[in-house]
Amino acid sequence: MGPFMSPFNNLLCMLLGISFTVWFTLLLVFIIVPAIFGLSFGIRRLYMKTLLKVFEWATVRMERGAKEKKHLLYKPYSLNSIIAKEPTSLEEELKEIRRNCSSRELDGSASTTTSPSPSSSEFEMSDTFYFCRRGIESIVDDEVTKCFTAEELESWNLLTRSNNNFNHISTRLTVLWGLGVVIRYGFLLPLRMKNFLSEKVHLMCYRICVRALTAIITYHHSENKPKNGGICVANHTSPIDVIILASDGCYAMVGQIHGGLMGLIQRSMVKACPHIWFERSEVKDRHLVAKRLSNHVKDKSKLPILIFPEGTCINNTSVMMFKKGSFEIGSTVYPVAIKYDPRFGEAFWNSSKFGMVNYLLRMMSSWAIVCSVWYLPPMSRQEGEDAMQFANRVKAAIARQGGLVDLLWDGGLKRGKVKDTFKEEQQKLYSKILVGTQEVRSRS
Amino acid sequence: MGSTSSTLLKIPNVEVLMQETGFSPAHIIRLHDRFKALDKKGRGHLCPQDFGAIKELAMNPIGDRIIGAFFSPGKETVDFHTFVKILAHFRPVDKNRPKEPNSPEPINSRSNKLRFAFQLYDQDKDGKISRDELLKVLRAMLGMQVTEEQLESIADRTIQEADLDRDDAISFEEFRKVSPEILHSRCFIKAPVIMLMERDC
Repeated sequence: MGPFMSPFNNLLCMLLGISFTVWFTLLLVFIIVPAIFGLSFGIRRLYMKTLLKVFEWATVRMERGAKEKKHLLYKPYSLNSIIAKEPTSLEEELKEIRRNCSSRELDGSASTTTSPSPSSSEFEMSDTFYFCRRGIESIVDDEVTKCFTAEELESWNLLTRSNNNFNHISTRLTVLWGLGVVIRYGFLLPLRMKNFLSEKVHLMCYRICVRALTAIITYHHSENKPKNGGICVANHTSPIDVIILASDGCYAMVGQIHGGLMGLIQRSMVKACPHIWFERSEVKDRHLVAKRLSNHVKDKSKLPILIFPEGTCINNTSVMMFKKGSFEIGSTVYPVAIKYDPRFGEAFWNSSKFGMVNYLLRMMSSWAIVCSVWYLPPMSRQEGEDAMQFANRVKAAIARQGGLVDLLWDGGLKRGKVKDTFKEEQQKLYSKILVGTQEVRSRS
Repeated sequence: MGSTSSTLLKIPNVEVLMQETGFSPAHIIRLHDRFKALDKKGRGHLCPQDFGAIKELAMNPIGDRIIGAFFSPGKETVDFHTFVKILAHFRPVDKNRPKEPNSPEPINSRSNKLRFAFQLYDQDKDGKISRDELLKVLRAMLGMQVTEEQLESIADRTIQEADLDRDDAISFEEFRKVSPEILHSRCFIKAPVIMLMERDC
């Protein structure tokens, strides 16, 4: 056995070596191709369209396959789920419950003199069912946690990470998926690695990074681009937001110092332009922050400050409460809405789940980053408006433009607790239904 | 996330669980993901604080009672099996289920749903809702919005109407009588639009 193995092994090694060399040479040659990709916008759009068609076909195939095999297809929340969330109000639900309840009683149970009529709104023991259901629903799924998990897609985009269904529906699909893996990891990823690592993160480099990520960005209303001495606010989904905005204009960044790779990048950036970095604990001292920001803003020659008032990465389906700090400074605010197309790659960074390097790896091996950036007309605080109202106004404008849901939940809920005032709201609502009729009863 | 079949394999006794609760594999995976998301420290079980972290639940007037329903008396943690079994109460009633005389009552039967709601009131588990327990629930649902007298009069009226054997408490049977007939359509979690490939649509 011995002498037979070694020449075979040698042959194998040689073959592997040759194939790798050929592969990398091809890769080098094809580095010229991304240059063409960069210049010619048309090819990228074509690439996008082709990808979409492929995804649609893949999904249809999967559905057909699942039907044949009589599997239950796992579809995302929006269409159907364990809980169907219909936005019925407290009043409607209670009326419905009571209607069912009283119809039973009228059917001749030994009830007392006053059988409750369907329209009466008095306490029934079954009222707890409503609260119970809402409670259980929120255990199974809640709005806030959903904001912090990646959005689930309707169609499968051939990335295993977004596939929750049972594998192997058809051979053709698997082949296609295999091909996709080969292309993404063997072709797109090394290309982008080379491009990313070899350039320094500089203003100029942002443009190259954009190309490297095959980012197809559409800028709308560039006439409203932020000017010096102003503050630019945008909704936050991932650190790539920064790259996207910075490739179209120069900004001074404000943000939290991260450890690791991100921190390294931040420190190198500070050397290039005057940025403002904070420790998260420093951020708590709002006066210090406000002072530094307003000093920067007063200097008209300084670049506009880029701030993400949500305070943390949200998954790009909604906009959470804006922290009012940046709105107290009193300069012109230039809102920007950023919306990613999730079909090509999930841009959302769940910092409690994935580290930076992991995230970057996933970003670079996605199909493409497709997003739209809208520059909204500048806003300033009006007479008689406090910072919070101003912040909400800006938030509403951004949400409307980007087609995102405008939530009043605090982004800090990712890490903190909810206030008691919300519970009181629920109690108030319920008591209004009851107490109103109590007064009527006492009179009669 | 990994492939789905490997997730199913990681859950011990998943076949038994599916059979007892009637959840499909897709649902079990969904609930498992949710369980892991709630179990932030990755200990493999949940404690009351993990439930308390759900914002909408903290906002619910009877939120802490619902949380309490997950923990059997004396236990401080709930594992995945118990979690799924309790949530199984809220599946809609299976209309097509064949009625075998010897099989145990399904977890999501009307009777079991009512029992769950009953236990939200009956915290000392003596099988009856006393006037005091009723008052506590009312106080939780209404808070400071009504006076103490109003609360007491509501409690009195409710007991008067529901208490048939005049023992000044509401037993489970009496509770059943005053509860709505069609529980599964409105009062509990719906799952109408799931693509049930097994059924002929």
